[in-house]
Amino acid sequence: MASYNLKINGKAVAVTVDDDTPLLWVLRDELNLVGTKFGCGIAQCGACTVHLDGTAVRSCSIPMASLEGANITTIEGLSDDKLHPVQEAWKELDVPQCGYCQAGQIMTATSFLKQNPNPNTEQIRTAMNGNLCRCASYNRIEKAVALAAKKMS
Amino acid sequence: MENQNKFTLSRRNFIRTSALASGGLLIGFNFLTSCGETAAPPVDITKLDFKDFNAFIKIAENGYVTIFSPNPEIGQGVKTSMPMIIAEELDVPWNHVSVEQGALDTTNFSRQVAGGSQSIRFGWDALRQTGATAKQMLINAAAAKWGVEASTCSASNGIIKNSNGDELGYGDVVNEAAHLEVPEDVTLKTTKDYKIIGKDAINVDMNAIITGKPLFGLDYVAENMSYVSVMRPPAFGQKINTFDDTAAKAVNGVSEVVQFGDKIAVLASNTWAAMKGKKALKVQWINDSNLENTADHDAELFKILDGKNLEIRREDGNVKQAFAEADKVLERTYESPFLPHNCMEPMNFYANVTADKVHLVGPIQTPAGTARRIADLINRSEEDIHLEMTRMGGGFGRRLYGDFALEAAEISNLTKQPVKVIFSREDDMAAGIYRPAIKYRIAASIKDGNVTGYHLKEAAINSNMYGLIPHFFPAGAIKNYKVESGNYQSNITTGAWRAPYTNFLAFAEQSFFDELAELLETDPIQLRLDLLKNVKDGEDPNIQYSAKRMTDTINLVAQKSNWGNTKDGIYQGFAAYYSHNTHVAEVVDITLKNGLPLVEKVTVAVDCGIVVNPTGAKNQVEGGVIDGIGHAMYGDFSFENGQPQDVNFNTYRLIRMKETPIVETYFVDNNLSPTGLGEPGLPPAGGALANAIKAATGQILTKQPFVKTLQKHDASFKA
Repeated sequence: MASYNLKINGKAVAVTVDDDTPLLWVLRDELNLVGTKFGCGIAQCGACTVHLDGTAVRSCSIPMASLEGANITTIEGLSDDKLHPVQEAWKELDVPQCGYCQAGQIMTATSFLKQNPNPNTEQIRTAMNGNLCRCASYNRIEKAVALAAKKMS
Repeated sequence: MENQNKFTLSRRNFIRTSALASGGLLIGFNFLTSCGETAAPPVDITKLDFKDFNAFIKIAENGYVTIFSPNPEIGQGVKTSMPMIIAEELDVPWNHVSVEQGALDTTNFSRQVAGGSQSIRFGWDALRQTGATAKQMLINAAAAKWGVEASTCSASNGIIKNSNGDELGYGDVVNEAAHLEVPEDVTLKTTKDYKIIGKDAINVDMNAIITGKPLFGLDYVAENMSYVSVMRPPAFGQKINTFDDTAAKAVNGVSEVVQFGDKIAVLASNTWAAMKGKKALKVQWINDSNLENTADHDAELFKILDGKNLEIRREDGNVKQAFAEADKVLERTYESPFLPHNCMEPMNFYANVTADKVHLVGPIQTPAGTARRIADLINRSEEDIHLEMTRMGGGFGRRLYGDFALEAAEISNLTKQPVKVIFSREDDMAAGIYRPAIKYRIAASIKDGNVTGYHLKEAAINSNMYGLIPHFFPAGAIKNYKVESGNYQSNITTGAWRAPYTNFLAFAEQSFFDELAELLETDPIQLRLDLLKNVKDGEDPNIQYSAKRMTDTINLVAQKSNWGNTKDGIYQGFAAYYSHNTHVAEVVDITLKNGLPLVEKVTVAVDCGIVVNPTGAKNQVEGGVIDGIGHAMYGDFSFENGQPQDVNFNTYRLIRMKETPIVETYFVDNNLSPTGLGEPGLPPAGGALANAIKAATGQILTKQPFVKTLQKHDASFKA
């Protein structure tokens, strides 16, 4: 067990956990931030995507030992009172079916649009390819990322 | 079915009302069945139970409406669409309506199950009648207040008016309405007056989903709950011989290790510790029954197809004679593997078994049946069981089976503490209740340019096609017709998987028809339309597809897809299929890149009757089609020595965004009662894709997943 200091959604947080505990389970079980989902545990599905220093990462595969002082944003911290333009686009296009993977999709999309604010279809499809949606709401995710880019420009 | 707007059914049989202690009106009702003579809805909204009623509507003094939606939400959209139907007839603005998931207290309800795409179909009449009855009660209450005849009053958008120009909001009369008799006769709206049905309504849980609020079973936590990881036999056919839990118990956070049956539960203070503890268990497994292999299954299924011990499921005319007299015969065998469901939310359930009650919380498609099985398992009265449903991170059939809930209840019962069982992805894929592997052999006889005989044999693991499937198209369209089935009993657990049987049967038959059309030198769509002309709707009660509706659906897809008139380099494939009471036709457009197929677009025509929520309906169709394409193309799951060969997404391939076509959906416009959409979009997709690949390359695909055949054809094929 060791103590870690992190900044999560803008707030300083200290947790005492085993070094090998993945960030995902610290968020979910220790901090009750359950918006970040467990899907595969091996960084293959993207359900657990959060931002580490602003970049999308798979929280299921990052042990706490590597995160002292890290700055993490989860779906709960993506927006304050208002929705983020990506969330707005998701809502406008009625994207989710079961909804389970959508937090991860949104976190991937927001990080991607920061790096590429004006993507073409091919770039969107490549950027979102790592996030599985078993309900296959892919058409709407693709359109929502494009719509969000338009909203943010 | 023709939509009805008048009912003779007594409203009293399924609706009861009460005045809420806090003010407002509560209406309890049941789908299809009546409520007990003494049943009354509670006067305290926090005491809602779902024993006597499976759904409730609360109308508050401010006129706002809360609908407690009865059906489990697995992503099929019923939590939005079913309340829309009530709100339409109640005639309130949709933005005055909020929706909550109804819990379940086991007994006395009719259909609180998600499965078979039947929620909307069964709920349609009851939901409309309930909404209309509530509206009439409010009108009656307003009329009494004004001292006028109710027949001189009307209500719309939450406001009641009389002929003197007086107005009252619904909220102004709820307390009076609560004490009135439930009216017996109400008239429902006609479709042209709909204001909510037929308009897009976004998912009622939208904000919670996109901001990451706790909604799902996995998100549920209770005080002092232990997280549990369960070790199950790694292969079907094995059981525990001995085990050593020393290392598991030494894992920081692990509190207890307990064996139950042939499984071992590791309890811990967090999920990670429970998973680590499980990995640290040292178990010696011994073989209890055969350890089966996919190669053995293949041999067994072929033996069934080649043998004579099949059960006849439907037989018309004389197939034997038709084949004996044929000019030409076409025969093909189609093969599919087992498939895991792979819901994105792995199986999980919370249980707290105490002396007074059994509290269960989690994602389950069959709350009632599961509660009963748990009562039996831990020897408790059903009265003690309180089961709360959460939103489900996908179902696809897997959450019809309550095995994970039973595990949680058993572990809590053994360890006397609240527990939450959480499957890892590996647990979820390896302890599945899979779509069974199936093979179909289809033969058709042709004489003088006509299809004279059709013979389909099914060989499946564990169980065969059910219900009216043997009577689906082309039953009724071909004079000499025979369907037979047989199965091989395996120790691998199998069950329903989105559009059971038809998810593969449709591919087999629709690919077969494409070849048949080629043999007959006719257009594949024309062949279907010609065959449908032989069917007289309503003549055979077992034949529930409608030739007229299917013809209209096919014509719509032909028109919208530009069938036969596409640009150079685009190849099309067609399939049409009726399942779950809905008619669907699809055209897949592909292009070739380096000689290999890229799925570009799928045009879909659907007849599901009245479309309650177009955005939700299209979402279901888009998802179903891409799911169908994905599994036909990539879904592969085999066993060696009883052990699944893939247990996570690093080797098990699900379709991803880059591989998805754009899906364009068109609905046949009619006024018929609505039917479900969770499943029917899927079955035709694989066939339409195979037919497009055949059109482009000449390659005939008879085995899923297609990617294996295409890779054999060209080792560089990765798309």
